[in-house]
Amino acid sequence: MISYLEFEKPIAALEARIHELRSTADTGGLDLMSEIQKLETKSEQLLARTYASLTPWQKTQVARHPQRPHLRDYLAHIFTDFMPLGGDRLYGEDAAIVGGMARLGDRRVMVIGHEKGHDTQTRIKHNFGMGKPEGYRKAVRLMELAGRFGLPVVTLVDTSGAFPGVEAEERGQAEAIARATEACLSLPVPMVATIVGEGGSGGAVALASAERVLMLEHAVYSVISPEGCASILWRTGERAADAAAAMRVTAQDLLQLNVIDRIVPEPMGGAHRDPAAASQALGAAISEEIDALSGVPAKDLLHRREERFLAIGNL
Amino acid sequence: MSWLTRVRNSLSRTSKRDTPDNLWIKCRSCGEMLFVKDFEDNLSVCPKCDYHGRIGAQERIGQLLDPGFSILPTPKVKEDPLRFRDSKKYPDRLKAARANYPYGDALTNAVGQIEGKKLVLGVQDFGFMGGSMGMAVGAAFVAGIERAIREKCGYVICTAAGGARMQEGILSLMQMPKTTVALRRLKAAGLPYIVVLTDPTTGGVTASYAMLGDVQIAEPGALIGFAGQRVIQDTIREKLPDGFQRAEYLHEHGMVDMVVHRRDMRETLARLLDYLRPVATAA
Ligand SMILES: [Zn+2]
Repeated sequence: MISYLEFEKPIAALEARIHELRSTADTGGLDLMSEIQKLETKSEQLLARTYASLTPWQKTQVARHPQRPHLRDYLAHIFTDFMPLGGDRLYGEDAAIVGGMARLGDRRVMVIGHEKGHDTQTRIKHNFGMGKPEGYRKAVRLMELAGRFGLPVVTLVDTSGAFPGVEAEERGQAEAIARATEACLSLPVPMVATIVGEGGSGGAVALASAERVLMLEHAVYSVISPEGCASILWRTGERAADAAAAMRVTAQDLLQLNVIDRIVPEPMGGAHRDPAAASQALGAAISEEIDALSGVPAKDLLHRREERFLAIGNL
Repeated sequence: MSWLTRVRNSLSRTSKRDTPDNLWIKCRSCGEMLFVKDFEDNLSVCPKCDYHGRIGAQERIGQLLDPGFSILPTPKVKEDPLRFRDSKKYPDRLKAARANYPYGDALTNAVGQIEGKKLVLGVQDFGFMGGSMGMAVGAAFVAGIERAIREKCGYVICTAAGGARMQEGILSLMQMPKTTVALRRLKAAGLPYIVVLTDPTTGGVTASYAMLGDVQIAEPGALIGFAGQRVIQDTIREKLPDGFQRAEYLHEHGMVDMVVHRRDMRETLARLLDYLRPVATAA
């Protein structure tokens, strides 16, 4: 069962009607095929129309959809032979950030990403994808390992932000994020980052300071959540839709601003409607990007990455 | 913004000579009534309780550098790249912040000396849009470091910021990797990078250049953290520990090397610059 977002109510009504007619047809042997087909066409058109013109705030909701594919799904569909590695060797293991070696086709890579979890139990286990210092320090460890053994680094970013808690502050959340960003920028191997859901502030940048930054079609990437921005600038979280529009959080806007390099299309109606197809498109895009970077000398990779960030927003 | 900060900010816009002798303020910490002149003569530290008041870039540069320094121009950047407007247009907010403000944006660089040791000093000013990090701050940071590399001297930054400049959206976030790129170049050039964390330093600034110093100094009592206290409180729903996110708390948790009183800052920086002299590099 798909769970529908508020703005998908008309689509939900049509799809429910189709479902109802199908069961009637099945049980009563009535010939409702033409009626069903008519409704299906209508529903598909409505879905296409809705998703072609999502507002930034609607995209934010799609990016946060409870059924949106997460790292776990991409690991299953895109990569093989994943070997997760754990711990920062300093304090602990943070399940909000998952990483390890895997194969992408024939290629050995290091995959690192946020995992939000998919039900109550796993969401708690993964702390809703909000990394703590030990998670970011583990990422630094894995990036350094990848650099030493020549494994390209693939990151999948999906977090509302780094965890805002007492123990995270105590253990140096800010420093851990700063070091992870620095580690990205120091990699002697290719790095391809993709914002697959939410790219929330510093907690996202720490895994996304790559020479190639991709975004799924309906993902969002921003300096602060629309609710947070609205509560500071408008003094009410209820202006979140306005804040999302003003901050330009969509992949389409960010491509225009040269903050990202490529948009990966999602299946009609969003990645959650077909995680396998979404994964296939993403896997193909990442493979292409890594192929294009393979053989580039480390010095040039570092230089490209540096120039990329120095140039953003230049006159 | 408290009454004291408001007074302080308006004062930093006038030269000391113009400050009337009879103006007084109330210490934000102990409540003592102080003459502005006495407070300023004491480096804007309360003589009674040692509370370190927030100071602007102009005052901070004057306090730290030997006479004869020069202020570097604020680099030009694309203004209002997102055409952002909340209750006000962003360009109007910028215009208001610049009225009677001596510099271009929230980060100002000066090249000069401390007790004869050459350096480029960057100072972030909380009085200018909360010190927030936008493209102008990022560009100034990069320019300060480029100058330090040319001069073959260290870069010292006094941080103060509520975080990123929301009106520049994602482009403010991109200053985190951008400033980090510049720092990598400074380090590759064998030059020291010293951070002085002042009240307050939070958000994306803390999570990038403010925490990457070769040596980390904090002013007493300064609020330093990644997440805001209200956000944390909303998450954990319990009372925050005493002194949470204050300079002394960070020192205790190993996040800064030392907490240094403002009166000892010049001497401390001079000693550090003497120990961490530039080394010859291949590049
Ligand atoms: Zn006092």
